[in-house]
Amino acid sequence: MQFYRNLTLRQKQIAWAWAFLAVPVLFYTVIRFYPTGNAVLISFQEWNLLGSRTWTGLDNYEKLWNDPEFWTVFVNTFQYLILGTPISLVLAFIIAYHLDKLRFGHAFLRMLYFLPFMTSAVAMAWVWRWFYQPVPIGLFNNLLASVGIPQVEFLNSVDNALPSVLAPAIWAGLGFQVIIFMAGLRAIPVSYYEAARIDGVGWWVQLTEITLPLLRPTIVFIVVFSSIGFLRIFDHVFNMTTNNPGGPLNSTEPLVLMIYQTAFTSFDMGYAAAQTVVLFTILLIVSLLQLWLLRADR
Amino acid sequence: MTDAPLTEIPERVKPSSDALLAKPRRGPRDNAQVIRWILLFLGGVLMVMPIAYMISTSLKWPHEVYNVNLIPDEPTLENYTYVLEDGRFYNWFWNSLIIATLTTISNLFFDSLVGYTLCKFRFPGRTLVFIAILSTLMIPTEMLVIPWYLMSQQFGWLDSYWGIMFPGLMTAFGVFLMKQFFESVPDDFLEAARIDGLNEFQIWWEVAMPLVRPALAALAIFVFLGNWTAFLWPLIVTNSVEMYTLPVGLSGFGDEADVAWELIMTGAAISTIPTLIVFLIFQRFIIRGVVMAGLKG
Repeated sequence: MQFYRNLTLRQKQIAWAWAFLAVPVLFYTVIRFYPTGNAVLISFQEWNLLGSRTWTGLDNYEKLWNDPEFWTVFVNTFQYLILGTPISLVLAFIIAYHLDKLRFGHAFLRMLYFLPFMTSAVAMAWVWRWFYQPVPIGLFNNLLASVGIPQVEFLNSVDNALPSVLAPAIWAGLGFQVIIFMAGLRAIPVSYYEAARIDGVGWWVQLTEITLPLLRPTIVFIVVFSSIGFLRIFDHVFNMTTNNPGGPLNSTEPLVLMIYQTAFTSFDMGYAAAQTVVLFTILLIVSLLQLWLLRADR
Repeated sequence: MTDAPLTEIPERVKPSSDALLAKPRRGPRDNAQVIRWILLFLGGVLMVMPIAYMISTSLKWPHEVYNVNLIPDEPTLENYTYVLEDGRFYNWFWNSLIIATLTTISNLFFDSLVGYTLCKFRFPGRTLVFIAILSTLMIPTEMLVIPWYLMSQQFGWLDSYWGIMFPGLMTAFGVFLMKQFFESVPDDFLEAARIDGLNEFQIWWEVAMPLVRPALAALAIFVFLGNWTAFLWPLIVTNSVEMYTLPVGLSGFGDEADVAWELIMTGAAISTIPTLIVFLIFQRFIIRGVVMAGLKG
């Protein structure tokens, strides 16, 4: 204690700061940075959890490059992104745009749109899985049957399975995007629209010349946030296809499911680690690319 | 933007959570407004349909389950009694509740402590620590699960509460969020407390923390919801049925042979209804928190 009293005010501040940071710095080192390095390390090794770890250099990456399943999975993963991000962005914008224009009762409507965001992905994946079952079980096919439309194969069809899995993922995230868009729309000063109206500018020009350019930061945020989400899709896919993981002919299998199965079904740790490194690289490239594309003032 | 009717449009307008909750723009309830309301209402009804069908089916007798009617003819709590008497869901519910609560408390404490330190102290290594923590946002969980699993295996953490919780005890997102909010706490307040003889820990806990309550609430909502619904890591780290969390348990339950759909819907409802009720009670508050966390984090 004597020692502490002899410190200058600045030295005391430094001592306090590091005392506060000691446990967190340890945490981030041991639980974040060390495992990241370890994952990269394991990706250069051959290891089935029981035997010894052997160095194999780039073998795992070479195996991945030559694995047809990986390329199917790669395409699937990007399909989730390429379908999911624009669809949810446009839907969320249209809903938010009109909610913002509404002059009464919009708090109640906003609540309806936001509710799905508060659900658990696993629970809702099972609900949607039930919806997709064939007659006489599934809700969608029962509804179709009641109006005389032929049955649709949802989860068992190579073509329909991926969009069917994607739908609840879009549905669950939509409310969040609507709310963020509304916050963005509300921040645009009313005076701009009033001035535009006085100048006799129509709603379309107002939308494209005032609203959308001013919403750019919001759009950047939503696109990056939802893209990362769709590239990492797992809970929905896993739970909607537990009987046949990855769907018919792996048509729904995303990268994270492949990682899970390689690591915890086949216990091929080195190969799985290489896949996680690839996932990390994809996420990094996609987010940097989008930030660059959308931030650049063109 | 050369043809824009206005010359003074700023480059960017920051969206804000305060603007979101401002009063709607006033105006007449003309026909266009009514049509807009009705269309948005129909869309909203469509959005809640999956939740409505989940709850409705969980209240139906087996013979009625495959009818498409939303309101059960004879509502029953039989499915809930059956599922809860089985004991497993009861068990998983408590596991999820305890894990989500403890993780939330840990995040509230550590994330705000780190955010506060990085915001209000000047010390060598400050920028380095901040950038290092922020950079972990770029590392996806999926990349860490294999090393975490090996670590858990080595230290005997598999299949335990600690094993499920340890990766999420602190988050860079929370640190960043709290740091942003501590910026708004005036340094004069802290200086005054220092003169009054409070030590640095007391200044943080007794002076600064009460001033950022809204941010703490926003962080709590995000962390709790995230851990309540977390699936991948709990699926990997748990082996025994007693240690499952609700999502892992429900996933396994749905996969058992010959489980009736109304029972799966009941399980799904049990894991969804608590968060829905919390949302309906604190609606305005939660929406503001989500916008705050989403935009600042």
